Amino acid sequence: MRYWIEAGQVTGRGASEKGVPMRVQVRVNGVEHEDEVEPRVLLVHYLREVVGLTGTNVGCDTSSCGACTVLLDGESVKSCTLLAAQADGHEVTTIEGLASPDGTLHPMQAAFREHHGLQCGYCTPGMVMAAVSLLAEHPSPTEAEVREGLEGNLCRCTGYHNIVKAVLAAAEAAPAPVGR
Amino acid sequence: MIPAAFEYRRVHTVEDAVAQLGELGDDAKLLAGGHSLLPLMRLRLATPAVVVDIGRVEGLSYVRDEGDQVAIGALTRHRDVEISPVLREMVPLLAHAASQVGDPQVRHRGTIGGSLAHGDPASDLPAVVLALGGTLVAQGPGGRREIPAGEFFTGFLETALEPGEVLVEVRVPASPGGWSFQKFNRRAQDWAIVGVAAVRRNGSSGVALVNMGSTPVRARATEEALASGASVADAAALAAEGLDPPADLNASPEFRAHLARVLVRRALEEAGG
Amino acid sequence: MTTTESRGFVGTPVRRREDPALLSGEARFVDDLVVSGALHFALVRSPVAHARIRSVDTTAAASMPGVVAVFTGAELAGDWLGPIPCAWPVTADMKNPPHYPLAVDEVCYAGDGVAVVVATSDALARDAAGSVVVDYEELPAVVDLEDASSDRALVHAALGTNRAYTWELIPDPDAVERAFAEAAHVVSERYIQQRLIPSAMEPRGVLAVPEPFGGNLTLYASTQTPHIVRVMVAATLGMPESKLRVVAPAVGGGFGSKIDVYAEDLLAVALARRLRRPVRWREERSENTQATIHGRGQVQHIELAADAEGRVQAVRVRLLADMGAYLQLVTPGVPLLGAFLYHGVYDIPAYSFSCTAVFTTTTPTDAYRGAGRPEATYAIERAMDALAAKTGIDPAELRRRNYIRAEQFPYASAAGLVFDSGNYHAGLDEALSVVRYDELRAEQADRRARGDRVQLGIGLSSYVEMCGLAPSRVLASLNYGAGGWEAATVRILPTGKVQVVTGSSPHGQGHETAWSQIVADELGVPMEDVEVLHGDTAVSPHGLDTYGSRSLSVGGTAVWLAGQRVLDKARAIAAHQLEAAEDDLEYTSGAFSVRGSPERSLPIQAIAFEAFTAHNLPDGMEANLEASISWDPPNFTFPSGTHVAVVEVDTETGAVRIRTYVAVDDCGNQINPLIVAGQVHGGVAQGVAQALFEEAVYDEAGNLLTSTLADYLVPSAADLPAYTLSSTVTPSPTNPLGVKGVGEAGTIASTPAVMNAVVDALRPRGVTDIVMPASPWRVWEALEASSGETDKEVGA
Repeated sequence: MRYWIEAGQVTGRGASEKGVPMRVQVRVNGVEHEDEVEPRVLLVHYLREVVGLTGTNVGCDTSSCGACTVLLDGESVKSCTLLAAQADGHEVTTIEGLASPDGTLHPMQAAFREHHGLQCGYCTPGMVMAAVSLLAEHPSPTEAEVREGLEGNLCRCTGYHNIVKAVLAAAEAAPAPVGR
Repeated sequence: MIPAAFEYRRVHTVEDAVAQLGELGDDAKLLAGGHSLLPLMRLRLATPAVVVDIGRVEGLSYVRDEGDQVAIGALTRHRDVEISPVLREMVPLLAHAASQVGDPQVRHRGTIGGSLAHGDPASDLPAVVLALGGTLVAQGPGGRREIPAGEFFTGFLETALEPGEVLVEVRVPASPGGWSFQKFNRRAQDWAIVGVAAVRRNGSSGVALVNMGSTPVRARATEEALASGASVADAAALAAEGLDPPADLNASPEFRAHLARVLVRRALEEAGG
Repeated sequence: MTTTESRGFVGTPVRRREDPALLSGEARFVDDLVVSGALHFALVRSPVAHARIRSVDTTAAASMPGVVAVFTGAELAGDWLGPIPCAWPVTADMKNPPHYPLAVDEVCYAGDGVAVVVATSDALARDAAGSVVVDYEELPAVVDLEDASSDRALVHAALGTNRAYTWELIPDPDAVERAFAEAAHVVSERYIQQRLIPSAMEPRGVLAVPEPFGGNLTLYASTQTPHIVRVMVAATLGMPESKLRVVAPAVGGGFGSKIDVYAEDLLAVALARRLRRPVRWREERSENTQATIHGRGQVQHIELAADAEGRVQAVRVRLLADMGAYLQLVTPGVPLLGAFLYHGVYDIPAYSFSCTAVFTTTTPTDAYRGAGRPEATYAIERAMDALAAKTGIDPAELRRRNYIRAEQFPYASAAGLVFDSGNYHAGLDEALSVVRYDELRAEQADRRARGDRVQLGIGLSSYVEMCGLAPSRVLASLNYGAGGWEAATVRILPTGKVQVVTGSSPHGQGHETAWSQIVADELGVPMEDVEVLHGDTAVSPHGLDTYGSRSLSVGGTAVWLAGQRVLDKARAIAAHQLEAAEDDLEYTSGAFSVRGSPERSLPIQAIAFEAFTAHNLPDGMEANLEASISWDPPNFTFPSGTHVAVVEVDTETGAVRIRTYVAVDDCGNQINPLIVAGQVHGGVAQGVAQALFEEAVYDEAGNLLTSTLADYLVPSAADLPAYTLSSTVTPSPTNPLGVKGVGEAGTIASTPAVMNAVVDALRPRGVTDIVMPASPWRVWEALEASSGETDKEVGA
C-alpha cells in the first residue's frame, strides 16, 4: 500500500530521497506488515492510516500527552515521536493487540473498566499501553510509583484517581503476557 | 503536525555517519532517539533537508566499568542508564538523574548522547556530567578526541562538536560517595525550572545547575567556596553568583537565582560531606 | 421512581457499557472514520493578533503537490448567509461584530483563519498552507481587560468601543446601599479569573460527506451539540436543514469547548458542496489552543457587608469579562450563568451584580466546564475567607452561620432564583468530620509556632450551582436564543428489545449506561435489552445536547417520562387482553398481572409483540409500543456541597502540594455512583489545575505563549492527589428522578478550596491573595512582597 506518494519511486529500505517513499517492515500485533511510506511519516500515522489501526490516538504535537503510546519491542513509546522508518524491523503492539483473539480484555483493560478508569476514552489506549509497560518494569508498584510512571500521559476526564486505582488493581492480579 | 519533507539516510557505522555529515554539512541532522529533534520538526521549527538516522549504529549502546571511571556509549538509552547495575553502584547520581528525564516513554527512546549533543541548558544530564567532571568522546574524520565536559557546552544549543563530528561515548569518574539530584518543576514530565546535580567525594565537590544560563553550567562560586572550607549554607548562598539565568513563563531570573540557592543548599545537605 | 418496582440497577455502580469499545480501540472518533476519496483541508491562520489584510497570494500554494483548491476569505464570502452564529444577545444593545469562517479585511486574533487549502492529504494541505503569502498591516493588540475597557485601542474600530455590553442584576439598590452603610465589617476584594484553555484530549475534527445525488450531506463532527450544529450550519449556509445530517461519533471530551459552531464546521460543509467530494480537517493541538474557545477570563470585584457577628447582609459584585475577539455561540451569556450565584450558599438579603464585557485581540472565550459558576463560587468563597480573617471567626464557623438553612427550602434568593432543595450544614459537617478538621487546625498551629519551612493550609469551599439548563421561559427572559427542554423516545421492538433515543449527546459521561439503568428498572427488563441511541440527528431529530450538567436532570428525566408513556400504553393493551380494568393491574418484574390473580399476566415483551401485530388492540389504538416526549424542566436544579483542600506550602521554593482533598457533594439521587465519583474526580482535577497549573498567557503583542501542551500545563497523575469522596443526598423536587447533576460540581468547588488553602497557609506571613495559578514563582513573589524578611530566613 502506498501512502502520500506524489512522484518518484521506492528507493528501498533504510534510505529515501526527499518525498520519496521507502520500504518499511513492521510486525504489528503479531502480523508482519511491509509498506512504502514517505520518510516523514510518523509511526502513529503509519499505524492509523497505512496499517488501519485507529485505536492509537494523537492528542498533541509536542510529545506531551501520551495518547499515542504504543509498545515498541515491549516498551512504551510515543508513536508521534518516532518515524515509521525508525520502527522498521521492529515489533509494535497497539491497543488492538492487547485483548485475546476471542475478545477477552487484557487484565489492564479489564481493570480500567472495573474501576471506571476512563470516561471519554480518547487518552485510554495510550494510558493502557503506558500502564502495561509500567507493570512490566515495576510489577508491584506503590501508588506514588504508578503516578510517576504515568507522568507522560495526560487525561482530562478522570482526574487520574480511578486510573491509578485500576493500575494498582491490575498489578494485584496475576500479570499477563503482553501482546503476541 | 507532520514534519516537512526530508531525505532519510540510515547509517550503520560511526564512520558512515561521519562521512554523511562531511558530505551534507548543515543540511543534515543526526537522529538518535529522536526526542530532541522530532518535536522540533513536528512544529516545523526544524526543517532539515536530510535526516541521518544513527539509531542502528552498532556498538554504541553500552555501560562499561573501567575501574576508576565508567564509559557509556552515546546511544545508551536513558532507561538503560537508569537500570545499569554498574552505574547504580559506581555513579548513582547519573543513574538516578536518568530516571528523572522526561517520562518513561521518553526514557525508552532518548539517549544520553542525544541529550548531551543537543546541549540544552534545561536538560538534566548535561548538568550531571558537568558536576561529575565527565569527558565526552567525539569521532570525526580525523579520528577520536576527548572533550572535557567543562569545555563541551559552548552556547545556547551549541557544543564543541565540530560539524563533521559525532558524539560516541561519555565517560564519568566513579563517584560512589555522596550525591544529590534536585529537580524542581511544576509538572513531573517537564524540564526543570532549576535543577542541581551535586557530588561530594574525597573532600572535593562538583555542583552543576540545570536551566540557570544559556548553557548547562557549574556553580563555580559554590564549588570554590566549598573548596576553601566554607559551610554548606555559605557556599549555597553563592549558587547563582555570576550566572545569567533565563526568564520564561515559569520563573524570573530572580526566582531562578533564589531557587538555585535553596536547591544547592538542599543538594549539599543531602550529598553530605 | 415509586411507580415501578426497582430491579436494582439505579443507584448501583454498574460498569459502563461504553468501555469495551473504547478500551479495545474499536470506538471511532472523527479522525478514525475511513471515507475513500476524502480531501483534507488546512487553514492559513493569522500569526499576528490584529492586522488589516493587505493581500493574500495563493498562487504558489495552488501549484503545490496534491493541492486541489485554495480559497481566500473574499472568495468564500458569498457562501455565508451570515456570520458564525452567536445565540445569546444578552442585551438589546449588545455589540456583536460579524465573524466569518475566514477573515476578509481584518484579523482580530492570532489563529483567525485567512485562507483554506484543500489537498489530497493532511500533510500536503499543511505544506501548501505554509506557502500562502499574506501581507498584514499590523494594528494595535489589546490583551489586558482593564486596558481594553479604557478603549485606548479598539479591537473593532467600527464599534467605537471595546465594550460589548453591560448587564446588571440589582433587585433592590437601596437595600444594598443600606447594608453597606450599616455594616460592622466590609471586605472588598479583587480577584483574577485567568484565561484557561479547555484542552479536551481529542482535538476537534470534522468530516463532511456529500451524497452523490439529491444534495444531502452528512457532517461528522467532534461536537457536544450535533443538534445545534445542524440548525446553525444549515442556517448559516442557507441550506435546508432537512438536507443536513450531523453525527457526533465517539467524542473525546468537550468541557464546553465543543458546544460551539466553528469556522471549520462551516468550511467543511461549504467546501464539500463546492467540490462535491468528502472533505475533512483534523485539528492540531497547537491549533486547538488558538482556534478553539478559551474559558474564564474575568476581573472580579466583590464586596461583602457583614454585621458584627459576621452575618453577611449584602454582596456587591462588578465584573469585567473577556469576550476575546468575537462572540461565539454563548460567549456573552457565560457571565450570566454565574450572575445569580455570587451570594453562594449563603442567606444574603441584598444583592448587586453588574458585568461589563469587553473585546480583546485574543481567541474568543465561551463556556468552559462550569461556565460562570466557578467564577461566582471562587469570588464568594475567597471573600468569605477574607471576611473570616477580618472578623477572626473560623472559616467553617463563619460559613455555618451564614448558610441557607435546610428548613428554608425552597429558598427564594435575593438574586431572584428559587433553590429547590439542599442541606448545606450536613455537607459541611460531613466534610469537616472526614478531613478531621480540628486535628488539622491543631497541626497547623503547631507548624506555625515552630516556624516550619513547610506550612499547612486548610481551605474550605461550599458551593451551589444551577444546573438542569434550563426552563425555556427563564432562558427567554435572559434573551437566550433557544429553549432548555430535552427530547427522548422509548420504543419496544417486536422482540421485546428496548430502544432509547436521547437528544442529549454524550462525550464521556456514560449516558448509554445510566439511561439503560433508568429504563431497565422502569420497564423491568434486563439492562442488556436496552439500547441507547444518540449523537445522530437522523436518529434523534430533536435534541439540545450536552452541557451545563443538564444531561441527567433534563435528558434522563425525558427518557424516564417517555418510558412512563410506553407503560401507560402497555397497561391499556394488557387490560384489554387480560379483560381487566387498568386499575386492577399491577406492574412487577416486567409484567402486568391482575391484582389477586397472578396467573393472569402479560410480560412487557409479549405486549410489545401484540402492539406490533396489532391483531388485538383496544379500539382506536395505534400499533407499536413507542412514545416520544420533549420535557421542559420547571426550574433549575441546585447541586451543592463542601470541599476541603489541605495543602503543604514550601515557603522556600513556593511549591504547593495537595496533601488531602475531601469532596462532599450533594447531587440529589445518584443513578450510578461510579459515574458520579468519576465526574467529581475529573471535575476536581480541572479546578485544581486552574488553581495551581493552568493559564493561557498572551504577551503584549497578542501572541499566545502557551500554545502547546508543553507550555500549557495540564497536570498528570504525578502532579495531582488522590481524592476522598463522600456525599449527602437531598433529592431534587424539580424532576421525578430527584437528580441534580454533577458534571461541573468538582470544578466549581475545587478552585476556591485550593486557593483558600494556599492563602490560609501563608496568611500569618501577610499573604492575602495570590493570582492564579499559584505557581511556585507566584507564591514566592507573594511571600517576598509581604515580608522583607523572607529571603534572609531562606537564603541562609
